[in-house]
Amino acid sequence: MDAFRDTFWGVPHWAELAQYGLGGLTVLVLVWGTWRRVARWRRGRPEPDATAWRERLRVLVRDGLLQGRLADDPLALATHLMIFFGMVVLALGTAVATLDWDFFHLFFGFQVLRGPPYLLFELILDLFGVALILGLGMALWRRYVSRPDRLKAEASPRAAFDSLYLLSILTLVAVSGFVAEALRIASGEHAATGWAPVGYAVSLFFSAMSSETIHAIYPAVWWAHAVAAFVFLASIPFSKAFHLFSSPLNIALRSRQPVGQLRVVGESGASRIGDFTWRQLLQMDACTSCGRCEQSCPSHLSGMALSPRNLVLALDRELAAARPNGAAEFGGPLSARVTDPDALWACCTCRACEEQCPVGVEQPRMLIDLRRRQVYDGRIDEGLQDVLMNLSRYGNSFGQSARKRSAWTKQVDFAIPDARKEPVEYLWFVGDYASYDPRARDVTVKIAQVFHSAGLSFGILYDKEQNAGNDVRRVGEEGLFEQLRDKNVALLGKATFQRVITADPHTYNTLKNEYAGAACPSLTPDAVLHVSELFDYLIEEERLPVDEPLNMRAAYHDPCYLGRYNGVYEAPRRVLKALGVHLVEIGRNRQSSFCCGAGGGRIWLKDTSGDAERPAEIRIREILRLDGVDTLVVACPKDLAMFQDAVKTLGAESRLPVVDLGQLVWQATCAHKTVEALS
Amino acid sequence: MKIAVVLRQVPDPIEPLELMPDEKALDYGEAGFLVNESDEHALEQALLLAEDGTAEVTVLAFDFGDVETTLFSAAAKGVDRILTIPWEEPFPPGTDVATALFADAIRSVRPDCILIGCQAHDELEGAFGPRLAVELELPYLGVVRGVRQTAKEMVLEAHKEYPGAAKARMSVQLPAVLGILAADQPPRYVPVSRIREAMKSAEFEELELESVPPSVAVSVARLSFPLRGDGARMLEGNEREVAEQIAEILVEKGVLT
Amino acid sequence: MSEQDVLVVADLEGDSISNGTLELIGAAGQWTETHGGQVLAALLSTDGASQAMRLAAADRILAVDNPVLAHYCPGPFLDALSEIVRREAPRLVLFASSTVGLDLAPGLAAVLKTPCLGNCRAFDAEGDAVMATCSYCSGKLVAELQAKGRPVVLTLLPGAFHPATRIGKGELEPVAMELAEGAIRFEEMILADQSDVDITQQDVLVSVGRGIQQEDNMELAQELAEALGGELAASRPIVDQGWLAATRQVGKSGMIVKPRLYLALGVSGAPEHVEGMSGSELTIAVNTDPEAPIFEIADYGVEMDMLDLMPELTEVLKRKRAVSYER
Repeated sequence: MDAFRDTFWGVPHWAELAQYGLGGLTVLVLVWGTWRRVARWRRGRPEPDATAWRERLRVLVRDGLLQGRLADDPLALATHLMIFFGMVVLALGTAVATLDWDFFHLFFGFQVLRGPPYLLFELILDLFGVALILGLGMALWRRYVSRPDRLKAEASPRAAFDSLYLLSILTLVAVSGFVAEALRIASGEHAATGWAPVGYAVSLFFSAMSSETIHAIYPAVWWAHAVAAFVFLASIPFSKAFHLFSSPLNIALRSRQPVGQLRVVGESGASRIGDFTWRQLLQMDACTSCGRCEQSCPSHLSGMALSPRNLVLALDRELAAARPNGAAEFGGPLSARVTDPDALWACCTCRACEEQCPVGVEQPRMLIDLRRRQVYDGRIDEGLQDVLMNLSRYGNSFGQSARKRSAWTKQVDFAIPDARKEPVEYLWFVGDYASYDPRARDVTVKIAQVFHSAGLSFGILYDKEQNAGNDVRRVGEEGLFEQLRDKNVALLGKATFQRVITADPHTYNTLKNEYAGAACPSLTPDAVLHVSELFDYLIEEERLPVDEPLNMRAAYHDPCYLGRYNGVYEAPRRVLKALGVHLVEIGRNRQSSFCCGAGGGRIWLKDTSGDAERPAEIRIREILRLDGVDTLVVACPKDLAMFQDAVKTLGAESRLPVVDLGQLVWQATCAHKTVEALS
Repeated sequence: MKIAVVLRQVPDPIEPLELMPDEKALDYGEAGFLVNESDEHALEQALLLAEDGTAEVTVLAFDFGDVETTLFSAAAKGVDRILTIPWEEPFPPGTDVATALFADAIRSVRPDCILIGCQAHDELEGAFGPRLAVELELPYLGVVRGVRQTAKEMVLEAHKEYPGAAKARMSVQLPAVLGILAADQPPRYVPVSRIREAMKSAEFEELELESVPPSVAVSVARLSFPLRGDGARMLEGNEREVAEQIAEILVEKGVLT
Repeated sequence: MSEQDVLVVADLEGDSISNGTLELIGAAGQWTETHGGQVLAALLSTDGASQAMRLAAADRILAVDNPVLAHYCPGPFLDALSEIVRREAPRLVLFASSTVGLDLAPGLAAVLKTPCLGNCRAFDAEGDAVMATCSYCSGKLVAELQAKGRPVVLTLLPGAFHPATRIGKGELEPVAMELAEGAIRFEEMILADQSDVDITQQDVLVSVGRGIQQEDNMELAQELAEALGGELAASRPIVDQGWLAATRQVGKSGMIVKPRLYLALGVSGAPEHVEGMSGSELTIAVNTDPEAPIFEIADYGVEMDMLDLMPELTEVLKRKRAVSYER
C-alpha cells in the first residue's frame, strides 16, 4: 500500500463539507476582528516615517520570526520558538493537506502527499508537533508553576485568563491532532507508520481497541481537533493570540528615526487614546505582557509605582474599550485612568524597557505623552514647578543667575575664548550640571585644562548658554523645550565653529538628535561629540600623551543617554585603556546598563522609592560585588552627583570612589604639569 | 464678585544689583525683573476664589520691566481682564505716584475686592497695600495667608498671620483691600505652550490716566551695599575641612561636648 | 507736649507687650535724649492698666480702653491711632515690624498724609527733616532716606535698637474716645499645633532655606540636626512648600528663637527671617551667595552649597560624638 495522505479518513462526507462551512465562518470572524483592531489603530494620529523596506525586512526576520531580542534568556527563547514554529509548521501542514486533498486530488486526481514526500511531511509534522507540545508545557510550567516575577502579570487588558486560554487551546489543538493521528495509525489502515514516530508511539495506547471502536470515536476526536483549531483561529483578534499578527507587524513598522529624537505629535500631549499616533496604538496591541520591561526598569526595581508593562496594558485596555468609530471617551483624564501620578513621574526615560522589549514597544514615549498632558493642565509636582520656572526665567534648573554660569572659568589660569565673539574649532556646550553643580564643576575645570594642554581651539557661550532642554522635553514641558532650543539655536547661529562638544550625555543627545538638522541647520548630527569621543580622538592623534598611566581597576558605567540612546560604548572604554586603567565590565553593561535614576527629569523630582534602595544604590551594590574594583568611572555629570551620593549612603566612599572620565584624563595627562608648575 | 489684583515688577533678587553713578537709585537698566512674589500669591488667591465661585478677576500692572511675561502668564492662568497703566520712565513709579495711578485704575474697574501682595522687597516707604486702601477709602488687612468665600456673597474669611505660627480668622465685609502673604496653595505653573496661546489671543487694555506729580516727602540720599567686615568670619576649605572647623568651633563654644 | 515728642505704638503679642516694643522705646529714648521731648506710648487694648507696667520706660502711657480693641482689627486701631496723633502731634511715630505694625504704619501715614519709612535700623534729625538708614532689597542694600513732614512714621527693624534702659515717668493716662467696629472683624485665634516640638525652647536649631532645593534633601538636614542633637527649623518658603510644619518657621510670622546654636543652611537672611533668629548666641551661616545678608549677622560663614556640606558635617559630628562617648 502506497503511503498517502487520506485527509478526511474516517469522517463522513457531510463533516468534510461542514468543515468548509466552519472554516469560511472562521475566516470571516478572523477578518472582521482583525479589521476592528486595525480600525482602532487608524484612529491614532499620523506618524510618517522612512520606508526602509530592506531594513524593516531584516528586523522582521531577526526580531520577529527568530525573536532575537530574547537571546539573553535562552529558556524563554526556546519555549517561544518551539511554540511559534510548532504552530506555524502544523498550520501550514494542515493547509497543505487540505489543498492536497480538496484541490489537487479532487480536481486533478493527483496528490503531492503520496509516497516519500508524504513520509517526510509526516515526520516533519510529527517533530514540530512534539516541539509545540513541549513548548506549551514549558510555557505552562513557567507561567503557573515556576512563575518568575515578571510573569506574575496583571490581568490581560481583554480577558481575565487570556494567557491560560491561549496555552490551553493550543495544547488542545496539538494533543487532539496527535490522538487523531494515533487513532488513524491504530486502525491499521495506513502504511509506513514509522515515519510518524510520535503518532505511532501514541497509537500503541489504542492498539487493543477494535477497528469498530476506533471508527466510532475517531470522528469525535477529529471534530475536537477541527473545532479547537477553528475556535483558536477565530479568537485570534479577540485574545492575546493577536500578538501573532500585531507583534511582527510592529517590529517591521518600528520607527526608523534616531531613538534620541523624541517624536512629538502635539505639545498638549495625550488626553485621550486617539491622541497617540497609529504606531503607538499598534504598539499597545503588540505588547505580550512578557514583563521584561518591568524587570529592567530601575524605577520599578527601586519600589516606585511605575511598571512600564502595566502602563502599556492599561493603555491597551483603553484602546480595547474605545469605540472604533471614535466616539467620545468618558471617565476623566486618560492619565488618571491608566496610571497614578507617582508612576508617571517615576520614569527616568532610560530606555532600558524599550531595549528589552521583544516586540518593539516604546514605553517611555507613551509615558512622556501622558506627562505632557499633565504639564499642559498644570498638574505637576511643586518641586518640578520651581525647576521649570527657573529654567524659563534663568535658563538653568538651579535657579541661579545666568551670570554665574561661567563662574568656574575663574578657576583656570588661561582665558577661555568666548565663542560668541571669536571663531573656535570646538564649541563647548557646557551644560547646567557641569556649570553649576559644585562637584561636576570641578570636573569641568579639569576638562578645560585637558583641552588647553592638548592645544585645542575651543570656546564657550558664557552666560548666554541655556539648558539644552533634553530633560525638559522628557518631563513633558514641550513649549519650554522649544523656547530653550530656540534661544540656543539663535546663539549657535551667531557663533563660528566646526564641532560642538559637551560632557553631558543629556545635552549631547538633544544637540545631536533634536537640534542638529531641521531645528538648527548649521549643525549636523556628526558634528556633535561627547568629550569621551573627543578624548579618544585626541589620544589617538597623540595630542594627549599619557605621561602618568593610571594603575587602577575600574568599572565603567554607561550613561543611558550616551550608550543606549546614542550607541557610544567603545570610545570611553578605549580612553580608559589608553590611560592604563584595567577595565572591569559590570554585568549590566552597554545596552543593558542600569540607570542612576536621574534621567528624564527624575533628578528634579521627589523620591518616591519609599524604603527600597534607589536606582543609584542598586547600581553601586552591583559594582561593589565585582572583584577588586577600586574605582567607578562615569561620563555624565548627573551620574557623578547620583553615584557620589549613593556611595555615601551605602558607606562605601572610601572603597569605591566615583570619578568622572575627565578627571582621569586630567590625572594621567595634566596633573604632573600642574604639580610642576606649583613647585 | 469682581476681584482686582495688583501685580508689581520688582528687581530679581537672584541677579546682582547695580547702582546708578549718583548712588541714589538702582540701575534698573541692569536689573532683571520679575513679578513680586507675594503679588503672584495674590493672583493665585484670586484665581482660587474665582474657581470657587463666580468671581471675575482683573489684573492691573504698570507697563514696566518684564511686565509682558507676567501678564501673558496671568492671561494663560485664566484671568478675565488685563489692564495696563502706561509708564515711560526707565525706573518704576514712586510710592505716591503708584498709589494715585493704581487707585485711579482700580476705580475704573469698581471691584469688590482688591488683592495685592503684602510686601515687596523694593519697598522703602513701608507696605504699599495700606496706602492704596486709604486712597480708595477702603479697609485693609495684610499679612494674610488664605482667603475663603463665606456663605454671604460680600463677606470673605481671611487668615492673618501672627508670630508663633498663630493666625487670626477675620471676617472681611467687602469692599476691602487684602494684603496677601501666601495663597491657599502655591502659585500654579503655566506651561509655555499655554503662554504662547495667550500671547496670540490675550488683549491688554491700556488705561489713560492723568499723570500725577512725584512726591517730595521722601527722597533717597544714598544707596550703598552693606559694609562687609564686621559680618561673619568666613571659613575656607573643602567640605571636609569646613566641617572639621565647624565641629571645632562647636566644641570651643561648648555647644558640642 | 513738645516739638520733639516720639509716639511709640505698643505692639501686643497675645495679651503681653512684645520685646520689640521695648526696642521702640529704647530708640525713642535715644532721640529724646538728643533732641528733647517725651516718649509717649500708645496702648490700645481693653484694659491698659494691666499692661502698663511693661511700658514704664515711656514718659506717658496713653491707654485707649475699648472692647473693640480686644484683638487687632484695622478699622478701630487706625482710627484710635489717628486720633492720638492728632491730639499729641508727635514728631515721630514708631512701629515694630510686626505683622500688625506692617499694616498700621503705612496706613496711618497715608491717613495723616505724612511720610513713612520701613525697615529702619537708625534715624536722626537733619534740620526739619528726618534721616533714616533703612534695609532695602531684602537687606542686600542700605538706603539712607530723607523724610519731610510731621509726624514721620517709622517701622524699626527688630534687633537694630537696644531695648529701653531709661527710666521714664511711666504715667498712665486713659484716653477717652468713641470707636466703632470696622468692616474687618476678628473672629477667632487659631493657635499652632502644640503637639510638635517647640523650637523656641531648643538649644540647637538647624534651619533650612531655599538652598535645600528639593523636599528629598530635607532628610540630609534632619540627619544633621540629629547629629547635633538639635531640631529642624526653616524659613518661610520651606513651610509654604509644606516641607516642614508651620510651627518650625522662624521669622516675623513664625517663631522668635534664641538657641545657643543657629545653623542657617541656604537661608538668605531676609529681614523677616533675621527678626526671628537675631537673638541666637552663635550663628553659623552656609550659603552659595557670598552677598547673602545672612553673612552680615552670622558669627561664622561658609560660602558653599549646603547640600555638599551637610553630609560631611553630619559625619564629622557623628565621629566627634562617638569619640566623646568613648572617653
